[in-house]
Amino acid sequence: MLNCKQVTRLLSEAQERDLQFKEKIPLKLHLMMCAGCDNFRKQIDFLRQACYEYAKGKPKSWPDPS
Amino acid sequence: MSVANNLSARVDDLPQSLRDEKFLAQLHHDMLRFVELQLQDRVTAEDLVQEALVAAMSGQEHFSGRAALKTWVFAILKNKIADYLRQRQRVVDIASLARETDDEADFDILFDHRGFWMPEDRPDRWGDPEAVFAQQQFWTIFEICLTQLPENTARVFMMREFIGFDTSEICQELSITTSNCHVILHRARMGLRLCLEKRWFAPED
Repeated sequence: MLNCKQVTRLLSEAQERDLQFKEKIPLKLHLMMCAGCDNFRKQIDFLRQACYEYAKGKPKSWPDPS
Repeated sequence: MSVANNLSARVDDLPQSLRDEKFLAQLHHDMLRFVELQLQDRVTAEDLVQEALVAAMSGQEHFSGRAALKTWVFAILKNKIADYLRQRQRVVDIASLARETDDEADFDILFDHRGFWMPEDRPDRWGDPEAVFAQQQFWTIFEICLTQLPENTARVFMMREFIGFDTSEICQELSITTSNCHVILHRARMGLRLCLEKRWFAPED
């Protein structure tokens, strides 16, 4: 049984590599039962998306001249 | 595209937009900020921004508005940064990086002795990203949180998430092990999410 600390590590690694089948099952089980870790998963997805938007120059947009 | 569409859609081309001083100043400021987060060297940062602007100006592309134009200029800038990072590896100081990751225990306080979340540190729901990204103030906090990460850890994270290097490429360039690389990126995410949770998502705490 994984604990939350191990799950956060694994979720972060999932952003770098494909997890193995034997890693995925206990991870899935944990996430089904743990709202905190499931939120953590969504948060690091959010971070990736935020970085992507930031690097596209998204912030500080200005109205187009009319 | 029909003639009517053509007339109604606002079309910008870069050389023309760059004659708008306000637009140029804002664009330049945002570009410089973006590079300076990633490299400590202001002169190099300014050089890269200039190079990207010159490259952009030589194109004849048209854009459906200035946001699209800015995205395109940033794509050029990202390539310039990637080239620079590949040619020089002095951007990350390996010894400092090792010191930054030495203290394995600093996020342990978020967990109890069995490794489960402390009730008050359990991650919250952040809601719809698009709604958050639409708020200008969020990006200010985002930048502040990036600068509060340990310096070299942040640089590795930005190589990964801004420039889009593969983890394997980063490990190789820095001559560190894959598992070390994963630890660094994990710690960057832990630090960043903690900062955003405190400063943006739950400022009343």
